Amino acid sequence: MPVLLWTDAMIFLLLATVVAAALWIRKRPHLVLPWQRVAKGSVGMVSLLLLSLFVLVGLLDTMHYRAALPEKSNGQTVYSAEVLSVFDALAKGIKSRSEKTYSAPLSAYLYAKESMETSDGKILRDYPRLRYGGIHLADPQHELLGDVLKRTVIGALAGLLIAVLLIAVSNVLLHFFLKVRTVGSSTVPEINKDNWIATFTNAMKIKPCRALLITALLLAMLLGVTVNLAAVYHVMGTDKVGQDVLYLALKSIRTGLVIGTVTTLVMLPFALLLGIAAGYLRGWVDDVIQYLYTVLSSIPSVLLIAAAVLMMQVYIEMHPEWFDTSAARADLRLLFLCLILGVTSWTGLCRLLRGETLKLREMEYIQAAQAFGVSSSRILTRHIVPNVMHIVLIAVVMDFSSLVLAEAVLSYVGVGVDPSTMSFGTLINSARLEMGREPMVWWTLAAAFGFMLVLVLAANLFADAVRDAFDPRLNRTEAVA
Amino acid sequence: MIAYLIRRILYAIPILIGVNLLTFSLFFVVNTADDMARMQLGMKRVTPEAIAKWKQQHGYDKPLLFNAQAEGMSKISDTIFFQKSARMFAFDFGSSNDGRNVAREIQTRMLPSLAIALPTFLIGLLIYITFALLMTLFRATALDIMGVSLCVLLMSISGLFYIIGGQFVASKLWHWVPISGYAGGLDSIKFVLLPVLIGVMGSIGSSSRWYRTIFLEEIGKDYVRTARAKGLSELRVLFRHVLKNAMIPILTGVVVVIPLLFMGSLLTESFFGIPGLGSYTIDAINAQDFGVVRAMVFLGSMLYIAGLVLTDISYTIVDPRVRLQ
Repeated sequence: MPVLLWTDAMIFLLLATVVAAALWIRKRPHLVLPWQRVAKGSVGMVSLLLLSLFVLVGLLDTMHYRAALPEKSNGQTVYSAEVLSVFDALAKGIKSRSEKTYSAPLSAYLYAKESMETSDGKILRDYPRLRYGGIHLADPQHELLGDVLKRTVIGALAGLLIAVLLIAVSNVLLHFFLKVRTVGSSTVPEINKDNWIATFTNAMKIKPCRALLITALLLAMLLGVTVNLAAVYHVMGTDKVGQDVLYLALKSIRTGLVIGTVTTLVMLPFALLLGIAAGYLRGWVDDVIQYLYTVLSSIPSVLLIAAAVLMMQVYIEMHPEWFDTSAARADLRLLFLCLILGVTSWTGLCRLLRGETLKLREMEYIQAAQAFGVSSSRILTRHIVPNVMHIVLIAVVMDFSSLVLAEAVLSYVGVGVDPSTMSFGTLINSARLEMGREPMVWWTLAAAFGFMLVLVLAANLFADAVRDAFDPRLNRTEAVA
Repeated sequence: MIAYLIRRILYAIPILIGVNLLTFSLFFVVNTADDMARMQLGMKRVTPEAIAKWKQQHGYDKPLLFNAQAEGMSKISDTIFFQKSARMFAFDFGSSNDGRNVAREIQTRMLPSLAIALPTFLIGLLIYITFALLMTLFRATALDIMGVSLCVLLMSISGLFYIIGGQFVASKLWHWVPISGYAGGLDSIKFVLLPVLIGVMGSIGSSSRWYRTIFLEEIGKDYVRTARAKGLSELRVLFRHVLKNAMIPILTGVVVVIPLLFMGSLLTESFFGIPGLGSYTIDAINAQDFGVVRAMVFLGSMLYIAGLVLTDISYTIVDPRVRLQ
């Protein structure tokens, strides 16, 4: 039975918007131009590739369902109370193989000593073997390193092979597909109609294509190694209750993406509408809107978030009857968190848009439109909104990474997502005390911080690429320098 | 100038009322005065009489916003909102749920907060601007690119990493400073050192990059070319001309936060166990102590507005062309 949680709906809505926008832009050369500028930069494209990998995991994790239980009651199918996602089904292997407690990455032994009975009846205190990790080895102490190395090499080679095959196949397909349209620009490779290998070598002469290819191959090798090792080991160890840390970290990606994107989605209409209304209509409308955002921004944002989240928590606890599964409850809390973050973060964009609109409405083309008797609503939608869109886009991509980081901090303080929702913040929070253990348990923190760093870094670099391509002011200074 | 200041202060009053109303409604949408009393008296087996008594003692037995039974002006004044929230305009913060005077608590906790926030702010400013000026000096060279890449990398690292990592390395591994805690007087230095260091590290990436953008924008202007044409050295151009002219955008971002330094940092303080205003606020939020939350929000927004006014005044100091009227 498919389950549509609130944030799922938001994500699909967002996806539909992006696709619609892409189709809309494709037909309009002046809107395509800045995106072509983005496509010219190697750094931007490589980070986009990384980001899309994260998005893929997030999307797989967004398609939720409830599995049907084998036994039926009165002929009706009964569904499990646990909400699963497609990603869970794909990662079933590492999800189900949980150990007793901590174990180090790629280890065959538990991290805590236990009393065991040997075959001759003596009680021995030693590190027991894991239930799943490295179970295929007879003598892990001697075989482990060799086995890991062997699997790494095989995984890397297999990943490389698959990637090369995929790229070759897609190249052939693309070659025939592109044959129909002959595009000759610096971003689209020159096409040799008779020879697809020549097309490929032409593409490789373009810088981003080369960088993309190298990154893709490296990523494929990394993926191959991970998949091959994860089949028999816990690549990033296990946590206190024995769950695989790699699985937890991968599950956290969706939460980070939701916080980073849905927050902007909910705040964007407010910021756009109010900012433009204040700037264009001026007078008392401007006063009211300015008052509104000054009030909101003068409250320290952490305080506002913390207060709102705690209030919301009480509210949810008072209405348990609203939710049929615990996932639905955790999900609503996530959505609320996005809403609250949106409320605290729209003021900055609103102020920017108001300023820009104030500037635009004095422009000659707007005054000409007014003189021709074009209605206010038409001026706003035809002339003002398209001309502030670049500010909106830049703000959206720039906000993403700071929101992902903010989620971790808020969850750590205890005013973030539901403790049952897997997120980088809850992961770090659960691992905070493990640093004090002797010997130290470092892998949970390392996994959380590592994944977060890659995600945020890619987002930051991509945001820079987008800003450089869209900001008209930046382009001018570049031209001067 | 004075007329301007008076107008700004008058303008602050409706904003503060708005802030108060917002916190007030946020709190009472989900909590009733009964809930507060029950929370304070212990959740289970509380008699209605005890609740009524608590409400009467703490002044929560009135209607929230509008008292229909009262006469004339006291229709508005004889309410929880007026009695509790509006009083703060006279700096009467009332008492917290455990009966302590909030104003006195704020006074004693302000010092530890400042001891962390002020050095972080000053040292940070110095380092960020120096770093940004260096990058500007070596602009469009390998050094600049390396600097910017470093900034992007540093700003992509979660602030939690600096805190956890810093505590681990400096306190647990090297036994260099205590992990957390606070002491008055000269002893405070060893408690303050690590939080300040981590606070400076935490925003070195984003801040330096921001200052670099400001300087780069200035450096393309005509007066810089003139200064170079006069034969001034690049260092002199940067420090004498560019730095001075970049003051307006720098002040816009910096002066606003100065009054807020009093509030302390919620995160740092709760991590390092500093008994400042930040940890006070976090504790109050967790204990649902409305008296304290209300006072802190009020104080925070008042300081923010003061920061905005200070920003405007600082413009007149660095740029004689700016006049406030």
